[in-house]
Amino acid sequence: MLSPLHKQLLNDYQHDFPLSPRPYQDIADALGVTEDEVLSAFTELNDNNFISRIGPVIPPNHIGVSALVAMAVPEQHLQAVADKISAYPEVNHNYEREHRLNLWFVVIASDAEHLRTVIGSIERETSYPAMLLPMLDDFFIDLGFKLDLNNA
Amino acid sequence: MLDVKDRQLLEYVQLGLPICPRPYAEIGRLCDMPETEVIERLTRLKQQGLIKRMGVIVKHRQLGYRANAMIVWNVPDNLIKQLGGHISRFSFVTLCYQRPRQPEWPYNLYCMIHGKDRVTVLNQLEQLVDACGLSGFDKEILFSNRCFKQRGAIYQNPTPALADG
Repeated sequence: MLSPLHKQLLNDYQHDFPLSPRPYQDIADALGVTEDEVLSAFTELNDNNFISRIGPVIPPNHIGVSALVAMAVPEQHLQAVADKISAYPEVNHNYEREHRLNLWFVVIASDAEHLRTVIGSIERETSYPAMLLPMLDDFFIDLGFKLDLNNA
Repeated sequence: MLDVKDRQLLEYVQLGLPICPRPYAEIGRLCDMPETEVIERLTRLKQQGLIKRMGVIVKHRQLGYRANAMIVWNVPDNLIKQLGGHISRFSFVTLCYQRPRQPEWPYNLYCMIHGKDRVTVLNQLEQLVDACGLSGFDKEILFSNRCFKQRGAIYQNPTPALADG
């Protein structure tokens, strides 16, 4: 169950987390609670897996290179193939989607050569061809998300 | 541009800020940098747009946003910037990218909608299609099912300094 404080922390600090020596104290001051309450609330959100982390969102291809990759994998092999792919540290998202191309993942590498090496290795290990879809232009990248937490 | 110290700092901070009273001092201790320098560098990177946002990264699924659709269109290249810009203005759109077409995959414009359920997402999509004039273009809707892995982007060197990076 989310408290009003949890909800405020989830919705109000996606963009401008304070870049100051005592950021949790600054949040506490803004919300009229104590630093300890803010620290506890964030710890609870983290422990309950409601947040992935507090940190920077770095736009793709400014540091390293990334690509979306799609594969068509027979259903009975999907879990095993997905597990092999998820084991790569260079893979950060890996989803099943409802389509003939049913496995979609993102590979992030230090440079184009590293990316090619990882994709080649995944193709050899899984024996399925990978369709590479690098980003050409971003019109909009993860600027946070307004959550409706009324029933949460 | 990023210098060596910026990269080193980002390697640590992208794993998540510690939840403790002086988190930037803690990050500084890990990469041998004074707290003030950590804050100054992060502030500059954000001003330069190399950090798009700094803050809480939520897990949509756990918060009840279980429907996630990736919608792909095949639109003329000369219209893509205009359409991408228009799509991005809708609050329920979380990502919008251009990617290259492939031999058996004619789509070049991608967007993502997260919603609490599929009906809501499909209604939002309809609204988007009408408002942006997308009805004449071929599209596919790919809803996600299982999530095998979800983690923030971890940018790393081929010989990573991070154990799980």
